Amino acid sequence: MADVVMPQMGESIVEGTLTKWLKKVGDQVERDEPLFEISTDKVDTEIPSPAAGTLSEILVQEGTVVAINTVVARIGDGAAAPAPAPAPVVETPAPAPAPAAAPAPAPAPVVEAAAAAAVEESAGPVSPLVRRMARENNVDLAQVSGTGAGGRITKQDIENYLAAKQAPPAAPVAAPAPVAAAAPAAAAAAPLPRVEPAKVRVEAMSIMRQKIAEHMVHSKHTSAHVTTVHRVDMTRVSKARAKAKEDFQQRYGFGLTFLPFITRATAEALRAFPIFNSSIEGTNVLYHNEVNIGIAVALDNGLIVPVIHQADEKNIVGLQRSIVDLAARARSKQLKPNEVQGGTFSITNFGSFGSLFATPVINQPQVAILGVGAIEKQPVVIDDAIAIRSMAHLALTFDHRLIDGALADQFCLKVKSILESWSDEIL
Amino acid sequence: MRKLEVRELGRLPYGEAWALQKELAEQRKQGLIPDQLLLVEHPHVLTMGRNAHEQNLLVGRSRLAELGIEYFEIDRGGDVTYHGPGQVVGYPILDLREWKRDVVAYLRALEEVILATLRRFGIEGHRDAGATGVWTPEGKICAMGVHISRWVTTHGFALNWTTDLSYFQHIVPCGLMRPVASMESLGVRVEREAVHRAIVEEFARVFEYEPAHAAAGA
Repeated sequence: MADVVMPQMGESIVEGTLTKWLKKVGDQVERDEPLFEISTDKVDTEIPSPAAGTLSEILVQEGTVVAINTVVARIGDGAAAPAPAPAPVVETPAPAPAPAAAPAPAPAPVVEAAAAAAVEESAGPVSPLVRRMARENNVDLAQVSGTGAGGRITKQDIENYLAAKQAPPAAPVAAPAPVAAAAPAAAAAAPLPRVEPAKVRVEAMSIMRQKIAEHMVHSKHTSAHVTTVHRVDMTRVSKARAKAKEDFQQRYGFGLTFLPFITRATAEALRAFPIFNSSIEGTNVLYHNEVNIGIAVALDNGLIVPVIHQADEKNIVGLQRSIVDLAARARSKQLKPNEVQGGTFSITNFGSFGSLFATPVINQPQVAILGVGAIEKQPVVIDDAIAIRSMAHLALTFDHRLIDGALADQFCLKVKSILESWSDEIL
Repeated sequence: MRKLEVRELGRLPYGEAWALQKELAEQRKQGLIPDQLLLVEHPHVLTMGRNAHEQNLLVGRSRLAELGIEYFEIDRGGDVTYHGPGQVVGYPILDLREWKRDVVAYLRALEEVILATLRRFGIEGHRDAGATGVWTPEGKICAMGVHISRWVTTHGFALNWTTDLSYFQHIVPCGLMRPVASMESLGVRVEREAVHRAIVEEFARVFEYEPAHAAAGA
C-alpha cells in the first residue's frame, strides 16, 4: 500500500487545487504514469503515480484545495491482478518523488490553515465540483445515488445520472468546430464588428471568502436558527464605563468599550445556563466545562472569530485586554491556530457599525450566538415617567434543535439583569 | 552549460503548434532533445485553460466562427486568452528538473524575460502580485499559462507586439476585467525579428543557457 501525497511544486507553494483525477478507483497504474492534476496560480501540473499497483482509494475529490504533503489517494498492491504483460519497463529513472524531501509545510499562514481545517471537517458530503455540475445541469442531488466513500456522490455518479436521463447519447460538448478553414489572411482582413464592453467584472473569491461562504451555508443547513431580541438598559454600564475609561487608558494603555461588560454578563449567563455552552454530536449533547467565548472581528475582506479562552475567569480588565489583543492580531494575521479554535459560544458586535439588531448565523458547532446592537440614548417609560436612558438591543440566535424559546429568553433575561444592575465594584 | 534550441515557426494555426508542443514535450521527457523555445504567431484563436470560466467568454461559439476565430479547450493553467496576428507567442519546453524544481520560480523567471525584453525597447513593465503576467500602466501586455508534466513545461507566454487589441473584447482576459496593452499601443514600433532576438537573448540569460539556433520550423 503506497500513499499518494500532494507534492511540493515550489518553495512558496503551500497548497493547490486538485483539478482532475486521471484514473478511477480500481484502475491499474504504472509507476510514473500521470495520476492526477493540480492547479496553482497559472500552472497546471500532472502528478505521476509514485508506485505501480491498483488505485484503491481516492481521498480528495476534484475541486478541493489541498495542502502539500496531504495524502490524496492510496495505491494498493497490484499483485493480485494478473499482469497483462511482463513487468513494464520504465525507461527513465523515476524522478525522485519530491514529497519525502519536501520541507515541513511552512509554519506561516496559521489562521487560514486553521479555519480551513475547521471547515474541512464540517463540509457537506459533496465536493464543490459535484455541486457545480449539479447546478449547471439542474440535477437534484437527492435524486442521485452516491457510490463514493460513505455514499458520497461523485462526479461519475452525476455523469451516469445525466447519461441515464438522456436517452439519445449526448454529443461531446467540446468538439471544437472546424471554423477557420478560410485562409488566416482573409480572416484578418475582415473588419471586426465593435463589441460592447463587458457588463460584468469577474473576480475570484479569496480562499478565506470561500471558507466563510461554506461555513455560513453549512451552519444554515445544520441548525434551526431562531433569533430572539431583548432591549437592555445600558445606562448603569455606560456610567461605569465613562468613569473608568480615562483610568484604563492611563493604567493599561487601552480604552474601555461596552464589549467586555457584555462578555462578562454572557459568561455569567453561560454558567447559569450551561446548555448554551454546548454542542450537538449525533444524538448527544456535549456540555463544555470551559467557557470559551469567540468574538467576531471584521477584516478587510472577511471575518474571523478569535476565542477568549476561559472567559468566565477574567474580569473586565482581562477581557478588554484580550479583546484588544485578539482583534489587533486578527487584523495583522498574527493569530495562532489555538486562538481561533475551541470556542463554545460567540459574540458579534454589529452595533459598532450602527446596526440596531441583526440575526447572526451560529458559529458551528456551537448552539447560540449573541449579537450586540448599537447603544443609543432613548426616551424610555419608567414608572409612568419618561426618562432618557442608554438602550441597546441584544439579539440571541439559538439552535432550536436543542434549545426552546422560553429557555432562550431566560438566558437573555439573565444577561439583561446583570447588565442593568451593574455595580461599579465588579470592574 | 545547458542547451536551448530555438524554433521560429512563423505563423502557425494553434492546433498545429499544440500538436508540435506535445510531440516535442514527449521527446524532451525521453531526453531525446534539449530544452526548446518555440516562437510563433497564431491566426485568431481563443483558448480556454483548465480553470477557465465560461462566463469569461463574452461571445457565443457560433459568433466566434463567424468572426473567423478558432476556439480550443486546452490543458494549461489560467483562464481564457486570445492569440492572434501581431502577438509573439512563446512556448518553452523545458525540463525543470535541470533548472529549479519550482513552478512558481518558473513563472517569475518567464516574467523576468519579458520585463527585460520590454526594457530594451524602453517599456517599463511590472509584475502584479496575484496576477501572473506582465503589466504596464496601460494594461496587461503579456499573458502566461503553463502546463507541467513530469517537470516538462508546455504552453507559455503571449506578448502583445502589434496585436489588434479590439479582439480582447470577446473575452475577459484571464478572468480579470482589466485593460490590455501592446508594444505598439505604447508607442513602440519595432520589427518582429528584433523582439524575437531580445526574447531569445533574455531567455538565455535568465535561464542560463548557451542558445543554439535551430533552423526555423525544424
